[in-house]
Amino acid sequence: MPIDALTSLLIILVVAVTTFATRVVPFLLFPKGKEIPPMIQYLGKVLTPAVIGMLVVYCLRNTTITQRPYGAAELISCVTVVGLHIWKRNNLLSIGVGTVLYMVLIQMVFV
Amino acid sequence: MNGYRNAFRRAFPYTIPVFTGYIFIGIAFGVMYAEKGYSFLWAILMSVLVYAGSGQYLAVNFFVPGISFLHIIFMTLMVNVRHIFYGISLLEKFNKIGRKRWYMIFALTDETYSLLCTTKIPRDVDAEKFLFAISVLDHSYWILGSAIGAIAGTILPINSQGIDFAMTALFLVIFVEQWFEKKNRIPEVIGVAVALVCLWIFGADNFILPTMIIVIAVLFIGKKRLDEKTLSVDDNKESEVSGTCR
Repeated sequence: MPIDALTSLLIILVVAVTTFATRVVPFLLFPKGKEIPPMIQYLGKVLTPAVIGMLVVYCLRNTTITQRPYGAAELISCVTVVGLHIWKRNNLLSIGVGTVLYMVLIQMVFV
Repeated sequence: MNGYRNAFRRAFPYTIPVFTGYIFIGIAFGVMYAEKGYSFLWAILMSVLVYAGSGQYLAVNFFVPGISFLHIIFMTLMVNVRHIFYGISLLEKFNKIGRKRWYMIFALTDETYSLLCTTKIPRDVDAEKFLFAISVLDHSYWILGSAIGAIAGTILPINSQGIDFAMTALFLVIFVEQWFEKKNRIPEVIGVAVALVCLWIFGADNFILPTMIIVIAVLFIGKKRLDEKTLSVDDNKESEVSGTCR
């Protein structure tokens, strides 16, 4: 261990409390029993699909598209997942095939 | 207790994609932390108390002599700021839940949030317990993964490079599922488009905060049109048991 146990424990606690803080803020602002303003209700409804869109981009943020293979593994795998899901609508099938395909592509094809 | 058993059994299939992803990104975290000289008990402790993927990857770098706690707080806030979004969509749903909700708020990772918001709750199961089961299962996968990584990560014989694509695929699948409901399409396009523009301008490490601010601004500006869409399309036929956040 590079630093002593007490400091290590403190670091973990500080990271834990800070992370929890980012998750709990909305619930402190609008606690149980307090009426949620219409603007926030609206936001709650439309935010989920927007966030899912943002998370897809977030997951792919480190893809390199300016040099070979120009993000080909990510593109092929994503198109496969989406196509397969529209076709069969089976979560595990889409995710399973997409993930295995991606692993094969980056480990064997675009090495 | 019987209700819980049923809830966990019914929730498990929905969490399998998260299981796959969390075990392997958990292993990656465990390996990184163990390489710093910490035993697996430390990895488990952090995964129990913190429970954040990218947050814990980042946190591994904090364990150096002379680190400033202000720096730790600031960096952790930056990497986790997107979580502030999640509660907004879950206020109504969580405020119906008793004390369990504090654990569920703590356990709001990207993946759990997505499942809680978009899974259609089966009719024959207690909704509260079902959602709680999803939270607990996902958390346990993460703890298990980090323990495996810290104990045996370096001697695992398989090449797991790229397995974290399971998370990307999970969000893509949820994206497609949401797309089938017409009212979600414009918000989805807004989320993707704003994130792409911000990624291009601010780069991979700094684009989430500007994305969040602009997404909220765009959603407010478009409120009138989006509200009409939300009300007119398929709001009426959504049943009480629907898992969609509303």
